[in-house]
Amino acid sequence: MASAIPQSLTSRRTAAPPARRATQDPAWVRWVLTGIALVFLGFFLVLPLAAVFAEALRRGVGAYFAAFVDADAWSAIKLTLLVAAIAVPCNLVFGVAAAWCVAKFKFPGKSLLITLIDLPFAVSPVISGLLYVLVFGLQGWLGPWLQEHDLKVIFAVPGIVLATVFVTFPFVARELIPLMQSQGTDEEHAALTLGANGWQTFWRVTLPNIKWGLFYGIILCNARAMGEFGAVSVVSGHIRGETNTMPLHVEILHNEFNSVAAFAVASLLALLALVTLVLKSMIEWRHARSLQGGT
Amino acid sequence: MSARSERSVIPGFNLSLGFTLTYLGLIVVIPLSAAFLKTAGMSWSAFVDAVASPRVLASYRLSFGASFLAALVNCVFGLVVAWVLVRYSFPGRKIVDALVDLPFALPTAVAGIALAAIYSKNGWVGQWVEPYGIKLAFSQIGVFIALTFIGLPFVVRTLQPVIEELEPELEEASYTLGASRWQTIRRVILPDLFPPLLTGFAMAFARALGEYGSVVFISGNMPMRTEITPLLIITKLEQYDYRGATAIAVVMLVVSFILLLFINLLQRWSRRHHRI
Repeated sequence: MASAIPQSLTSRRTAAPPARRATQDPAWVRWVLTGIALVFLGFFLVLPLAAVFAEALRRGVGAYFAAFVDADAWSAIKLTLLVAAIAVPCNLVFGVAAAWCVAKFKFPGKSLLITLIDLPFAVSPVISGLLYVLVFGLQGWLGPWLQEHDLKVIFAVPGIVLATVFVTFPFVARELIPLMQSQGTDEEHAALTLGANGWQTFWRVTLPNIKWGLFYGIILCNARAMGEFGAVSVVSGHIRGETNTMPLHVEILHNEFNSVAAFAVASLLALLALVTLVLKSMIEWRHARSLQGGT
Repeated sequence: MSARSERSVIPGFNLSLGFTLTYLGLIVVIPLSAAFLKTAGMSWSAFVDAVASPRVLASYRLSFGASFLAALVNCVFGLVVAWVLVRYSFPGRKIVDALVDLPFALPTAVAGIALAAIYSKNGWVGQWVEPYGIKLAFSQIGVFIALTFIGLPFVVRTLQPVIEELEPELEEASYTLGASRWQTIRRVILPDLFPPLLTGFAMAFARALGEYGSVVFISGNMPMRTEITPLLIITKLEQYDYRGATAIAVVMLVVSFILLLFINLLQRWSRRHHRI
């Protein structure tokens, strides 16, 4: 601190541009803070990511790929893809519908509706799973009726899909609502005035305006759908080859001390996370304006 | 009047609102009300027994304590990270910036086994501290580490836009009036950053409270010692104690909703604070 005062005095005397000096930290502060930030991120972000691949490849490439020969691993991969293929489109359609009515119209209770849409983010994944057990489980509201009709939701694929839909519920909607609100309704008005009908207006005017925001929401929704663990864990029943998604399969392999196989399957999920981050960053860098609704 | 004319021109209000409310009702509102109705059927003493037994109380202490500490640590380091990412330029800054979102994108189970591998006694970090008798994985420290990982992006991402929009004129004015850089930071910059910092803290804390996947692999899951509340809910479910599990879930839901309300108020305050 003591050295900082004379330094600022000398710099004033040598007439350094005050605008720069006034908003810039001294070089040593910059170095120290950058160092602290990088070490912290290194420990908490880079190290775990590196560990996934290092542990997966610890016994060599052969052992790594052997993990995927397993039929249970394949069925877990297929189930994960299936669940995401159902959950993401459901929440996509919902997100567009919710954003349309919230952004283009005025109605009472709108802020309550927005809060309710965000609610699933505030709920612990474990509790999300529990909620569906309470509705569809044997002890639950619909359980006896489902059993009578020989339908299975909990400890079966439908339960996994429902729990995934719940935890990924707000992703697309919360991306689109602020975007469409900031875009307003002028262009839609123009299209309608020129004689387009509602669907034409949506497909030709609204959709091109929101496509990057929509894509952004979809990749985040998809990453969470494929990676969800807590909620799915509660409703899945952990039946190998039937109701195990990839994250659940990772857990089983880990508990069986089959570390290489666990990390091999985990490495696929880590790759998914990296691809998600790359796509997300690319959209942010190239289409920053269309994400904020600038026209 | 303008609202009415808008409503009549742009089509699809009934369709989109109807679909939104139906879907919201089926997926979110009905299942959530199931938890509250199930608990409403319990007697008061049974409810208290379920949510305040010694084992449950121990899990609250760990969950709340570790989440609080993790969010606090994230505030300190998240502030440094956000400041460095916005104000300084260094090679690889954009990559580091993108990497901050990793805890959002990486499945929690993957994070969990990776953290457990690093901090267990043979791991990259664990082997250096184990000789000193410090156990990182399979202890309460492990829970704290996992929750810090999970909460990191919340603080950074809440602070970044606010730091970007700080007006350089204020710092220049403060400099011109003779304040040292440190005085400027403490008196001019930090007060502006306080609302978003608190928001980020609350978000990280709320997320950490409910977190399950990244914690269970590193915590060791010993009852009374390293058992977090979400894990206890699962344990009760596995013992077919649906009422006990639901009662604890309702307590956690109420806490989450209060936090959500608090965060919303904070954001509103933060926005107003910013405009003035």
